[in-house]
Amino acid sequence: MTSGSAMIAISGLTKSFGSHAVLKGVDLEISRGESLVIIGGSGTGKSVTLKCILGLLRPDGGQILIRGQDVTRLSGAKREAVMADVGMLFQGAALFDSLPVWENVAFGLIQSKSMPRKQAKARAYEVLAQVGLEEDIAQMNPAELSGGMQKRVGLARAIATTPDIIFFDEPTTGLDPIMAGMINELIVERVRELGATTLTITHDMKSARQIADKIAMIYQGKIIWCGAAGEIDSSDNPYIEQFIHGEIAGPIQLDA
Amino acid sequence: MPRWNVLATIGHVFLLFLQATGKLSRFTATSLRHCVTPPFFPRAIFTQMLRIGYFSLPVVGLTAIFTGAVLALQIYVGGSRFNAEGFVGQVVVIAMVRELGPVLAALMVAGRVSSAIAAEIGTMRVTEQIDALTTLATNPFKYLIAPRLIAATLTMPLLVLIADIIGVMGGYIAATRRLGLNAGVYMESTVNVLELDDVTSGLTKAAVFGFIIALMGCYHGYHSRGGAQGVGAATTNAVVTASVLILLFNYVLTDFFFS
Repeated sequence: MTSGSAMIAISGLTKSFGSHAVLKGVDLEISRGESLVIIGGSGTGKSVTLKCILGLLRPDGGQILIRGQDVTRLSGAKREAVMADVGMLFQGAALFDSLPVWENVAFGLIQSKSMPRKQAKARAYEVLAQVGLEEDIAQMNPAELSGGMQKRVGLARAIATTPDIIFFDEPTTGLDPIMAGMINELIVERVRELGATTLTITHDMKSARQIADKIAMIYQGKIIWCGAAGEIDSSDNPYIEQFIHGEIAGPIQLDA
Repeated sequence: MPRWNVLATIGHVFLLFLQATGKLSRFTATSLRHCVTPPFFPRAIFTQMLRIGYFSLPVVGLTAIFTGAVLALQIYVGGSRFNAEGFVGQVVVIAMVRELGPVLAALMVAGRVSSAIAAEIGTMRVTEQIDALTTLATNPFKYLIAPRLIAATLTMPLLVLIADIIGVMGGYIAATRRLGLNAGVYMESTVNVLELDDVTSGLTKAAVFGFIIALMGCYHGYHSRGGAQGVGAATTNAVVTASVLILLFNYVLTDFFFS
């Protein structure tokens, strides 16, 4: 695999907050249509990596190529053009609570794709049905929904614009096991349907196994292991072993 | 460095002040740029005009009517000491239109609107809704901040114009009902003394105050950190800084119109 064919290619990504170095040279490649899951404990740099890719944080050094274009130095309209074909599901769903559910889902269509409201509304209803939500919730406010429903609306919003890259930030955190399983299944189904490239960050191993083609583990600001999802149980990597079995004893220090 | 080193403390505070000023200046410049470049969000601007202007009418109206009435009584007391009771109408209208209308309305709206904007945008910040906007290829400055700034700058003059009229009416009621002044004479002197310059200077102030009110709400909300406590702090800071800046710019603008 060369970086020319990769959908997302990250090399030497560094980011510090004050004197605290969070990312110390992250390298990652995701090919077209592939689902990569980054696992790692809290405070290891998962979220910061994702925020750098999304342009919510400006990295100190390194390169992030999306479809071959370095996005670290992009701003304004050029950045928005890249983001127009990217979807994102936030950990807390991050739905706009001033807008009804359907308008949340239709937001990207109306604002960045300039679709007429009526057409966007129809499309929103269609996507809501795809994530298994009833029509009557479309007019409700996000605050009236349960956590699992909010996540599904968030998923609908992320896929409504049929993006070719989708990011998931802890998609199952805070959900009961059945709802978590359902979200995982929806992610797999919808992503396969779109043929999208995805990057997920999670510490839920069950979710990672269900979603991932490839798994990468981040520890102390670096990718310490990366391989096919099926190989994770035979990695012989002490860090991976400790993480997937949730052992207290091992090379991973818990002070982070 | 010892803690009692006065010079170091002064220097540290001064550096923090410069840092904050620089951050605010950059924020203001970015906001202004997005206010004047497309795309615009007319729907959002209209909603904000309703929220900032229309729903502030009761509180601004009440403030104005009582201020006008009190003004009439106090000026009568003061004026009677050198036989100038007849000037109540003139002084009320000039004080109201040039000074008290814009400043008191702005302070009331700052309490109502700066806090609301800071709380709303702050909550959007801590619940990642602002990040979500960015990922949906929508610039938060365009979608959230510019409409509020435009709406506040446009509606404050209208609000103050109404406050001026209500204030003068308050003075009229107190003067005629409580002080027994002649209604016709009072109105005539009010109208005669008023110059266009009084009104325009007051309304210019109002527009600047409106901008400050929305800017402080947006600025503190946008930079809020750390959950509910952070949003609470942002709300307080928005109202305090907006009020102080209104008083400061009130002097600057008055001085400017004076010369």
